[in-house]
Amino acid sequence: MSKIYSSAAAALKGLTFDGMTIMSGGFGLCGLPENLITALRDSGAKDITAISNNAGVDDFGLGLLLQTRQIKKMISSYVGENDTFEKQYLAGDLAIEFNPQGTLAERIRAGGAGIPGFYTKTGVGTQIAEGKEHKEFDGETFILETGLKADVALVKAWKADPQGNLIFRKTARNFNPMMATAGKVTIAEVEEIVELGALDGDHIHTPGIFVQRLVQGKFEKRIEQRTMRERGESA
Amino acid sequence: MTERLGWDRNQMAEKAANELQDGFYVNLGIGIPTLVANHIPQGMDVTLQSENGMLGMGPFPYEDEVDADLINAGKQTITELRRTSYFSSSDSFGMIRGGHINLSILGAMEVSEHGDLANWMIPGKMVKGMGGAMDLVAGVQRVVVLMDHTSKKGAPKLLDACSLPLTGVRCVDRVISNLGIFDVQKEAGKLNIVELAEGITIDIVRDKTKAHLEA
Repeated sequence: MSKIYSSAAAALKGLTFDGMTIMSGGFGLCGLPENLITALRDSGAKDITAISNNAGVDDFGLGLLLQTRQIKKMISSYVGENDTFEKQYLAGDLAIEFNPQGTLAERIRAGGAGIPGFYTKTGVGTQIAEGKEHKEFDGETFILETGLKADVALVKAWKADPQGNLIFRKTARNFNPMMATAGKVTIAEVEEIVELGALDGDHIHTPGIFVQRLVQGKFEKRIEQRTMRERGESA
Repeated sequence: MTERLGWDRNQMAEKAANELQDGFYVNLGIGIPTLVANHIPQGMDVTLQSENGMLGMGPFPYEDEVDADLINAGKQTITELRRTSYFSSSDSFGMIRGGHINLSILGAMEVSEHGDLANWMIPGKMVKGMGGAMDLVAGVQRVVVLMDHTSKKGAPKLLDACSLPLTGVRCVDRVISNLGIFDVQKEAGKLNIVELAEGITIDIVRDKTKAHLEA
């Protein structure tokens, strides 16, 4: 059974519905499943709950789904840099659940690993801890956080083989590997699908068992803050 | 705007660089803390962690080195070093939460005399989120705050108790401001004056601080 689909739209076919929960990989604009986000927008699915560290910018990343008002709730750690988000949030049209970034990452990891909850010291004594179970271990207080899963996880990798084994590149890895494990269906879009055997089994980041559908995409790879130095300038 | 007293931002970063030790793994926050990277003493082995998934962060790239797949937690393009390793967000925060990072230097809106920290939201204003700050202050071995001593309006930021929603409780070990260096006695609820900037007297500090100070 081939996992390879001809386009992002074909890869999403039959998986989208109103009220669905998605995960979308990336940190800022780095490592985003650009093609799948566009295809999800075009699918018309609405009232989406989106689990993603950030919300993109107005015209890139999940910002595209905010512009069309397809997202009703975001579970994120940081959502600056997006005016559309701010307007809809302040108007009460968009809900947000803030999670500390490490808690968000671990909730996704736990969800994919069959762990319904875990205790963490992150957020103890803050708003984040309100209403959550507290428990002491060795004299220190921890709070209970729950695992997260999604109907569909959209991830972006650098290379894949036809089995769905994935390799990520540099800091474009970020949330993608955990999200790949936590989707009922995970779709990976990659820059290149290589032949079986071309990837070294010792160098696989995400084993293909976590990837049900695969599509090769074209990427804009927008840069949010292009910071540079001049030759001759010291580090 | 009142006239700036004491150290400028670079001098503050230089003071914060004294916190570094050979072999340290360090996470630097956005803003003034980023400048600390420019003051790592020559010959000292310090590895910078970026919580989006990288150890061994290098300087900004030359124009022809810019790589969209290589950014820091402030979303700026950066470069790698020969020592660099990359990992997922869950591994990154495993390092942070698990106490493997030696030092975190970050900014703040308010710090209390018990070491409580507020740096993520102002009620009534658009909240952007806490990012990785809550994890860093809960998990990193030593937390140093690098900030201006007062707000832009001149209000004290070192307080007996934070008025803003907290990022962490009893988590700040030391504060470096433009006026001086202060150690937090978390249990006693006091700030010990370690050093004052040139031309700064205890009276000036008292006037701009709303917390228990000890010389």
